[in-house]
Amino acid sequence: MTNNRTGAVIPQKKHRKFAFRRQKIAPYIFVMPFIISFLIFFLYPIINTVIMSFQEILGPEDITFVGFRNYKSMVNEHFGNAIWVTTRYTFWTIFVLVPVPIIVAVFLNRKNMKGRNFFRSSFFMPALTSVIVAGLFFRLAFGEQDTTLVNMILGLFGIPKRAWLHQRNTAMLVMVVLCTWRWLGVNVVYFLSGLQNIPVEQYESASIDGANEWQKLMRITVPGLKPVIVYVVTISVYGGYAMFSESYILFGARSPGDIGLTLVGLIYQKGFFENNFGVGSALGITLLGIVMIVNLIQLTLTGFFKKESE
Amino acid sequence: MASKALKSKITNAAIFITLFAIAVFCLAPFVFLFVSSFKPGAEMIRNGITFKLDINNMNLNNYKLLLEGRDGIYLYWYRNSLVITFLGTVLSLFFTSLVGYGLAIYDFKGRNFLFILILIVMVIPIEILILPLYKLSISLKLIDTYWGAVLPFAVSPFAVFFFRQYSIKLPRELLDAGRIDGCTEIGIYFRIMAPLMLPAFGAMTILQAMNYWNSFVWPLIVLRSNNMLTLPIGLQSLITPYGNNYDLLLSGAVVSVFPIMIIFLLNQKAFIEGLTVGGVKG
Repeated sequence: MTNNRTGAVIPQKKHRKFAFRRQKIAPYIFVMPFIISFLIFFLYPIINTVIMSFQEILGPEDITFVGFRNYKSMVNEHFGNAIWVTTRYTFWTIFVLVPVPIIVAVFLNRKNMKGRNFFRSSFFMPALTSVIVAGLFFRLAFGEQDTTLVNMILGLFGIPKRAWLHQRNTAMLVMVVLCTWRWLGVNVVYFLSGLQNIPVEQYESASIDGANEWQKLMRITVPGLKPVIVYVVTISVYGGYAMFSESYILFGARSPGDIGLTLVGLIYQKGFFENNFGVGSALGITLLGIVMIVNLIQLTLTGFFKKESE
Repeated sequence: MASKALKSKITNAAIFITLFAIAVFCLAPFVFLFVSSFKPGAEMIRNGITFKLDINNMNLNNYKLLLEGRDGIYLYWYRNSLVITFLGTVLSLFFTSLVGYGLAIYDFKGRNFLFILILIVMVIPIEILILPLYKLSISLKLIDTYWGAVLPFAVSPFAVFFFRQYSIKLPRELLDAGRIDGCTEIGIYFRIMAPLMLPAFGAMTILQAMNYWNSFVWPLIVLRSNNMLTLPIGLQSLITPYGNNYDLLLSGAVVSVFPIMIIFLLNQKAFIEGLTVGGVKG
């Protein structure tokens, strides 16, 4: 076999040189789909949106350069509402969807835990649904009638019914509950896989030193999960600031008093209702800036860059 | 000692009950949606989703509507979802596996730069680009087409990352063996390496199919006419300020979940692998 293989190559030096050149070119063919897609569907739109953010576009031929006017006119009450809703949403989803899944993962990871697979699958199921299925349920379960699921349950405890989707704070609560329902299981899966990387001996020696469960959680588990926590917080910042579909389904594209208005929702409004691509693009660039800054702060605080430079 | 054993028993029971309560929270919506889908739509407007149950008032009318309602529009949506999911998954697997493999196996000029670009695409929310992408889709005549729904995000950076992580572990000796046998580099990939990556393809197929099946923001923008909509967009269009068509909405939502649910129950491991390898261990 071996003789046969080498025998086929050695006589042709030319062929060998050709093959070598092919090995130089081949990688670029492999990565070509990414390069093409990056140029057409990422770089070009980004440049385009930067340019549009300085333009007033009234028609395909009727374009004027307006400097920073779009950025100035962008800043109004709706913009403030959208930033406030989006930031609060991002904060609360992280506030819930980091600690709760960690605890659930620690519970699931216990020795001899009964029903582990059943629980893991059940927690994961909501992630399979599209946002319309999830939105439909929460819209109807948090309805204002006194017969709806939530009003009925709270009624048992003597809590009066509410119009959940019509008030600022409860509307936020519904959005956060929806998000928790859909993504809890996914984060549990992340943290569970992170737990497998923490050596068992650390817990054993802590037990010998007489540490209780809480101390073990705070001194071993949480530090051990840090890479996963950084990852989950990063994707939550991304998901939180890019949120649109959930509020679109719960409140429609224009909610009374902007209670469900997110930044992407505002971009959508400007673009597709007001046909104002200039201001819409200015909003897009602003959102891009916000996401980058929040992520930079977050990664600096968690020491992500320190680790890289060391 | 006995008290210690008792204490740990109580702890275990408490933990079990907590997890059980969370499981109820996760699963209850499915049950309520399913039960509600047999109730008349007017009942939804009157009572919302509720504990109240009137068996006499329940029937299969909502499911009949799926076939007959509005000239069978639901069947169009279902077909569109199937086509877009299939097209998107196939394209995306083909492209991203090539890129991921190329990045993992070869050492070439610009590789690190490309890698940084991929990370940048990963952390920038695509929602920021909906307006320029919409404009671009108009010039490329992609509006209201299957290709338009699929092409802009076919080379998903997450999938590239996933295939790269998987390809790093491929045996390099096979590369040389293939070369000696006179295979081209592309030939080596398709004949030798790709078959070794089958488990990765399995995990990514499921994850990508789920993403395309549920995808919302981009199809909402690129698909315009009623019989080109996908399930999520079509169902969403039934929620209007002038009254919601809950009859078709509820049965339609339930039936739209089935395919993914069945695949998940058959192959949970692939779902979970697809999620974790791409993300955390990177």
